[in-house]
Amino acid sequence: MDELHKAILDYVIREYVDADSDEELGVDSPLISSGIVDSFSMVSLKTFLEKKYKISIPDAKASPEAFDSVTKIAALVREFAPNA
Amino acid sequence: MAISANVRTSLQEELAGIKEQGLLKEERFIHSPQASHIEVEYPRGSAPKKVINLCANNYLGLSSHPDVIQAAHQGLDTRGYGMSSVRFICGTQDIHRTLEQKLTQFLGTEDTVLFPSCMDANAGLFEAVLNDRDVMISDRLVHASIIDGITLCREKRKTRYDSYKHSDMDHLEQKLQEYQDARIRMIITDGVFSMDGDIAPLDKIVALAEKYDAMIFLDDSHASGFMGKTGRGTHEHCGVFGKIDVITTTLGKALGGASGGCVSGRREIVELCRQKARPYLFSNTMPPVIVNAAIKVVDLISATTERRDKLERNTAFWRKGLTEAGFDLKAGDSPIVPVMLYNAKLAQDVSRDLFNEGIYVIGFFFPVVPKGAARIRTQISAGHEIADLEFALEAFKKVGAKYGILGKGKKEIIEMYGN
Repeated sequence: MDELHKAILDYVIREYVDADSDEELGVDSPLISSGIVDSFSMVSLKTFLEKKYKISIPDAKASPEAFDSVTKIAALVREFAPNA
Repeated sequence: MAISANVRTSLQEELAGIKEQGLLKEERFIHSPQASHIEVEYPRGSAPKKVINLCANNYLGLSSHPDVIQAAHQGLDTRGYGMSSVRFICGTQDIHRTLEQKLTQFLGTEDTVLFPSCMDANAGLFEAVLNDRDVMISDRLVHASIIDGITLCREKRKTRYDSYKHSDMDHLEQKLQEYQDARIRMIITDGVFSMDGDIAPLDKIVALAEKYDAMIFLDDSHASGFMGKTGRGTHEHCGVFGKIDVITTTLGKALGGASGGCVSGRREIVELCRQKARPYLFSNTMPPVIVNAAIKVVDLISATTERRDKLERNTAFWRKGLTEAGFDLKAGDSPIVPVMLYNAKLAQDVSRDLFNEGIYVIGFFFPVVPKGAARIRTQISAGHEIADLEFALEAFKKVGAKYGILGKGKKEIIEMYGN
């Protein structure tokens, strides 16, 4: 797992998974469609990515589908920050 | 222009999709007043069946209380049926002011403004008060109407938004630290959460709000009238009465159960709602019949705690009975008692079998609750007698035994039925 995937996965676990949860997440685990991240609270993930990688993700690109796994999110980030 | 065949087909496909996902909501016709015992036509076309109602928000049993009905009649006789106006044109009667004053006193706030519903109060409040210098920080399990209000505010006022894990105070503190540059940090929470029945740690939220100079918004719809020793709400229950900046609540649950809601809180916030909240400005006034009945409700529950005390005893009896029978419950003190089944089909099957046993409950599953967290949400009322609850317990035990879930926890039920 590269640095980008690791940073996103760490954030998702810290931000969305309860401390007492037995949920095991990987880079391809569904996030939105599984209900781990709801489309409404997704906003903090978008803010995190924009701050950390100094990018601006247009709302049209920040769809629930594009945020549905760490792998997909990493691909989206690289559209705007190829060297991330 | 009439609806085109293409549009009709498209809408029909959408409806078919809802049905295929098992998400079609079907109304069940009740042939009696709302109460602990009701007559339900289900399936459609069948003769109404007498059942014990364990899924109403009628926490204090006031929905069909004779004094409330009499007050409604009196309102109709003395103030008429409709007002044919919004509040600020010619839709405010003396009784609207009286109800607002009584709610202010009951909730321990500075002022109150009525809305057609609490949904409207939640939809209108945020964009009336906040702007692009502010931030809304909400618990992740707040009610859908709050989410709609937040969405409107984000779109119209460009107010920032963030959320914290359900009732996680460390996470809330971290978010408050992140937004110290904002003019207003508004913490947004329900008092009692409607699906889990658990209670927000308002004492801790108040401490954090004081530490980080934040305001608190509380939707107390599932608490007003019965939480706390005198039923004032979650703020009384948690020992922070008078310390909440803005409370929204409904008259459509414990407080008579008809309709209507309010924003109650700091004088300036309430006044901004009167001046700017669109559901207040552009929706009809609450009708006199409901206003007069709601005044009676507030008088009844201000005079005695008898009904909320009975509700507390009933809830303790119900929780103890279900726990001893071996059901897996969500922990809590509120009269919302979720029986966890984890599997959507199991929740539907159990609720259907309970109906056949004379108990009316509904199964809840994704997307109303998280995936793998299907349940039957039971709701207790002061209108229930212990004999009703004993009867219901026997039915639950019988159906629970049929499905082999008594004494089984989450892991075992999921092993048996999946999630």
